[in-house]
Amino acid sequence: MSKTPSLDKIIQEALQAIKACSDLRLLDQLRVDYLGKKGILTQSLKSLGQLPPEERPKMGQAVNDAKQQVQRAIEGRVEFLQSQAVQEQLAQERIDVTLPGRNQSVGTEHPVTRTVERMLAIFHSMGFEVAEGPDIETEYYNFEALNIPQHHPARAMHDTFYLKDLAGVLRTHTSPVQIRHMEDHELPIRVIAPGRVYRCDSDVTHTPMFHQLEGLLVDKDVSFAHLKGMLNEFLNQFFERDVQTRFRPSYFPFTEPSAEVDIQCVNCQGQGCRICSSTGWLEVLGCGMVHPNVFQHVNVDSQVYSGFAFGMGIDRFAMLRYGVDDLRLFFENDQRFLSQF
Amino acid sequence: MKISETWLRKWVNPAVDTATMASQLTMAGLEVESIEPAAGDFSGVVVGEILAITPHPKADKLQICEINVGEEFAFDVVCGADNIKANMKVPVALVGAVLAEQLHIQASDIRGVESRGMLCSSAELGLTEEADCILELPEDAQVGDDIHHYLELNDSIIDMDLTPNRGDCLSIAGIARDVGALNDTPVKSIEITPIEPLSKKSLRVDLDAPEGCPRYLGRVMENIDATAITPLWLREALRRAGVRSLSPVVDVTNYVMLELGQPMHAFDLDTLQGSVKVRYAKEGEALTLLDEQSIKMSASDLVIADEERAIALAGIMGGEASAVTQRTKSIFLESAFFHAPLIATRARHHRINTESSHRFERGVDYQLQNRAMERATELLLSIVGGKPGPITVALQDEHLPKRPTLKLRWERMNALLGVVVPHDKVKRIMIQLGMPITDIAEGIEVQVPSFRFDIQREEDLIEEAARVFGYENIPALPLPLKQSAQTPGESRLPVKELRQHLKALGYNEAITYSFVDPKIQALLDPDVAMIPLANPISANLAVMRSHLWPGLLEALAHNQRRQASRVRFYEIGPRYNLLKQEVMQEKVVSGFIYGQQVPEQWGSDKENVDFFSLKGDMESLFRLTNLSKNYTFNAAEHPALQPGQTAKVSCDGEVIGIMGGLHPNILEKLGLHGPVYLFELQLEPLTVRAIPHYSASSKFPSIRRDIAILLDESISARSIVDRIEEKSDSLVRDVQIFDVYQGKGVEIGKKSLALTLTIQHPSRNLIESEINQLVDDIVRDLNQMFQATLR
Repeated sequence: MSKTPSLDKIIQEALQAIKACSDLRLLDQLRVDYLGKKGILTQSLKSLGQLPPEERPKMGQAVNDAKQQVQRAIEGRVEFLQSQAVQEQLAQERIDVTLPGRNQSVGTEHPVTRTVERMLAIFHSMGFEVAEGPDIETEYYNFEALNIPQHHPARAMHDTFYLKDLAGVLRTHTSPVQIRHMEDHELPIRVIAPGRVYRCDSDVTHTPMFHQLEGLLVDKDVSFAHLKGMLNEFLNQFFERDVQTRFRPSYFPFTEPSAEVDIQCVNCQGQGCRICSSTGWLEVLGCGMVHPNVFQHVNVDSQVYSGFAFGMGIDRFAMLRYGVDDLRLFFENDQRFLSQF
Repeated sequence: MKISETWLRKWVNPAVDTATMASQLTMAGLEVESIEPAAGDFSGVVVGEILAITPHPKADKLQICEINVGEEFAFDVVCGADNIKANMKVPVALVGAVLAEQLHIQASDIRGVESRGMLCSSAELGLTEEADCILELPEDAQVGDDIHHYLELNDSIIDMDLTPNRGDCLSIAGIARDVGALNDTPVKSIEITPIEPLSKKSLRVDLDAPEGCPRYLGRVMENIDATAITPLWLREALRRAGVRSLSPVVDVTNYVMLELGQPMHAFDLDTLQGSVKVRYAKEGEALTLLDEQSIKMSASDLVIADEERAIALAGIMGGEASAVTQRTKSIFLESAFFHAPLIATRARHHRINTESSHRFERGVDYQLQNRAMERATELLLSIVGGKPGPITVALQDEHLPKRPTLKLRWERMNALLGVVVPHDKVKRIMIQLGMPITDIAEGIEVQVPSFRFDIQREEDLIEEAARVFGYENIPALPLPLKQSAQTPGESRLPVKELRQHLKALGYNEAITYSFVDPKIQALLDPDVAMIPLANPISANLAVMRSHLWPGLLEALAHNQRRQASRVRFYEIGPRYNLLKQEVMQEKVVSGFIYGQQVPEQWGSDKENVDFFSLKGDMESLFRLTNLSKNYTFNAAEHPALQPGQTAKVSCDGEVIGIMGGLHPNILEKLGLHGPVYLFELQLEPLTVRAIPHYSASSKFPSIRRDIAILLDESISARSIVDRIEEKSDSLVRDVQIFDVYQGKGVEIGKKSLALTLTIQHPSRNLIESEINQLVDDIVRDLNQMFQATLR
C-alpha cells in the first residue's frame, strides 16, 4: 500500500494552503475542506476500513496526527490574521492627541461678584446674615434716619442722584439697609448688606455706580475693641495673610466714634508705590459705633444696646485682590476682561 | 485746608518733626493729604540793596545796579526789570547761586558790562508760578541775610482733608489746639488788645433776621490808604494757605479768617446808603456779587443791606457795588455770626462755595467776632492806616447757639471703647481741647465750648477722648461667640448655584449700569413709562432701566466692535418699573447669546445659535429647581423680539419672563450683528426648589414605540406631548420628539412629527396586544383632538 506518502502530501498541501491564506473566511473554507465531515482527512479516516486490520491502527494514528497538525496550523493562522486585523485597525485609528478637545466654553463670574461671595462667606462664618434693600431709596432712609439732616454738609458731599418728577434718590450708600433691618428685626442683630450704590461722579477713579458692603452688629456690651478685632479678622481672611491695619478717627454722621481703616499697601507691603500714592497705606473701609440718634430712629435703647457698623467698597477690594488698575473696567464688560475671572 | 507749619509753630511748638506732626494729625482725624515745601529748591540768594542804578551804555532795556549785600565791596548786576529803583531791597542771587531748574549763576559779560549775580522775582524763588517784576523786600530787611532765613522759607505747607464736623479746625488757632492736646504742649495764643476809637463815626446795624444772624459787629475806618501794598510777610502767609493776595483790606480779612477762623468782610463805606440791616431778601431781589455773577434771590436768602438795596449775600459773598477798591477812602468792616444751616442751604442753592460759606456751613465760633474785629483793626491800622470808629454790636442773645454741658461717665466710656483710658488723661485732653470740666461722681461734666458744634452728646466726648488717646491704643478683641448664621433651607435654590450653572453653560457674568440710554430703552420697551433721573451724569445714562437688555446689548456692541465673534453674557440685577406712580424694583436674570453654537474649533460645524440653543439653556436652568414641569413656554410677542421666535416663560401659569430673537429692525438700529437671542426672567421663582422625593423605579422592562403623525403646522408640539401624557394613564413614561419635518412629501400647511413613546407598567410585564391597544388609542385620540393622522 502506498497510502502513507499520499497522506504526507495532503499535509504538505494543506499547510501550504493555510500559510498562503490571508482571509479568515477562506481559512474557514480550508478547515471545512480538510477537517469537515466531508473533508479530505475525514474521508481518509473513513477509508481505513478498506485497509488490512493490522495496518488500521497505525494508519488511523497517522491520519489523526495529520488532522491535529492541520487543526493547529489553522488555529495558528487564525490567531495571526486576527491579531494582524487588530493591528491594522489600531494603526488606522491612531490620532494626534495634542489636538484640542471638543468643548463648549466655560463662562466666568464677574470679579465683583466673586469678591462679594468671598466676603459673604467670611462674614457668614462670623455669624452674619445677608439683607438687602432697594436701590431707589427715600431721603428718609438714605439721610435723615442716618443722622444726616437736610442742611448737613455731609449731604452735599454725597453727590446724590435724584429721580425726576418722583420722590426718591438713588441710594448713595448701603447704610439705609441698617435702618430697614433694625426696623423689622429682633435684637441682637448681625447682618451684612451688599449692593449697588450711586454717586453723581465720573472720572478716572469714580464711576456713577459702584458696590458697597454694609455691616451692622447690635448687641449688649459691644465695644470699639470688638469692631477692631472683627475687622482685623475679616481683612486677614480676605487677603489670606496677616494684614497690618490702621484705624484713623474720621467722621460719619451715623457712627460715633467713627474710624477709617487703612491697610498696609498690598502691592508694595508699605514701601510706597503708585497704588498707595507713596503713603504705604490704602484706605479700605469706614466704620464706627452706631450713633445714638440712629438707634433713636429705630427705637433701640442706646443705654442698653450698643453696636457697630461698617461699610466697604467692594469694587476697591476686587481691584486690590485681582490687580485691576482701573475701576471703569468693571462696568465696560469687555469679554477679554471678564474672561479672566 | 492748607497751613504753614512755621505759622502753626508760632502758636504751638511741640518737639516733633514735620513728618511726626503730620502723622499725629492724621491719626487724630485731621487727615494730612500732602506736605509740600513752601519755596522752590534754591541756594545762594540773599537780601541786597540797590545802591545806585545807571543805564546800560549799549542796551536801552537794561540797567546796571550797584548792589550791596553787606560785604566790603559793592558789585554790579545787570537787570532788565522796570520796577527797580535806588535804595530798594531785593533778593540777589550771588555768583555760585543755584536757582530752581538748575540755573547756575555765574559772573558774565552782558554786552560789555560784567554782571556778578541776578536780581530775583518771586517766581525765581518758587514763591509764585509767574512774576513780571523783581520782588521788592521791605525796607527793614537785613542786608546780607539769607533769603531762606529772612522769608522763613524753610517751611512746609501741610494740606489737610478735614471732615465736615471739624469746622473748628479751619484756622491756625483751631489746629494749634488739637496739636497742643496731642502733644500735651501749651498753646501760645496771640495777644489781642482793644483798639481805642479815633473817631466817632459808626453805622447803625439792625438784626431783622436774628434766627439767621444773632450777632453782627461793624466798625467804620475812615481815611485809609487803599493803595498801600500788603506786606510781604502777610502775602506769604496767604500764599502758603493757598489764598490769593488781592488788596490790603481784603488780605487782612482773609488773614484773620485763616488765623482765627472768623470770615470777615469789608464794604466801601461811601457806597452805602444809611444804616445797615441784616434781613431776608425780597422775592426776586437781584444782587451782583464780587465774582461779577448776578443772582436772583428769594425770601430764604439772608442779605446784608443798606437802606436801599442788598450789599452782600450774608456769609457767602459780598456785592460788587460795595467792594473795596484802590479808590476807597473809608470802609465798613463786618465780623458776624451766621447760623450754619441757613448758609449751607443758600450756598448750595446758588452753587457758590467760598472760604467764608465753607466755614459758616461748618460752624464758626459764635464768641469770636469781637476778637477778630480787634485783630483785623490792628492789622489794618499798621498797613492802610486810617481812623477806626467804635465797634457797633448788634446782638440778640436768645438766638445765639447754646452749647450744652455734658456728662462723661467713666463706665460708659470704658464699655463703648472696650478699654480703660486713664481718667487723668481724659481730663487733660478735655481741658487742652478747650473744654472746661467739673468732677462728678460717675466721671466728669464737660462744658462744650462755643467753637465745637460737633459735640452734642456723651458719645462725642468719648470720641474726643479716644482720638487723642489714640485709636491704636484701643485693643482688638475677638467677637463674642454667637451661634452661626442661619443657612437657607434646601427648598431655596441659592442664586450662587444659578450663576455656577450659567457659568458652566459658557456665559460670562456682566454688570451694567442701572441707568441706561432713554433712546435705547424706548426702542426696546416702547410701551413702558420711563423713570428719568433729575440730574443724570450724561444723556445716555438718564433713565432707570426697565429691563437689563439695553445695558447688555451695549456691552455686546462694545465687544462686536472689538471683533468678538461669539458672546454670551448674563447679568443678575434689579430692574425698575412704575406701577401706579410707585417705583417697583425687581431682581431679574437676563442675558443673551450671539455667535456660534460652540466655540470655533476643529471637527465641529460652524452653526450659529438659534432659538432652541437659548431655550435649552433655560430648560437646564429650570431643571436645577427640580420643578421643570412647572415651567412652560408659549408663543408670545414683544416689541424688541422677532415675531414667531418669541416665547413667554411661565411658572405655574404665572408669566415670569420672556425670551426670543432680537428683532432684525432693532439689530440694525443698534448696529449689531445677529442673530442675537435674549432672555429675561424674574429671579424669585427660580430660587424656589423642590426637595427630591424618591419613588421606586419599575422593575419591569420598558418598550419603545415610534410613531409619526401628520398634523396642522399651527398645532404646538407641546400640546401633543401634553395630551399623550394626559391620556395614557401614566403607562407612557416618556415622550420624546425625534423629528419635525415639513417639505417634500408633506402637504403645505402641515407638518410631520415623529415621536418615541417609552411605555412601562410599574408593577407587571405588558403584553404585545396591550401595547398595540395603547398606541392605537393614542393615535385615535390625537386624530379626534387634532385631526392628526399616522404618516
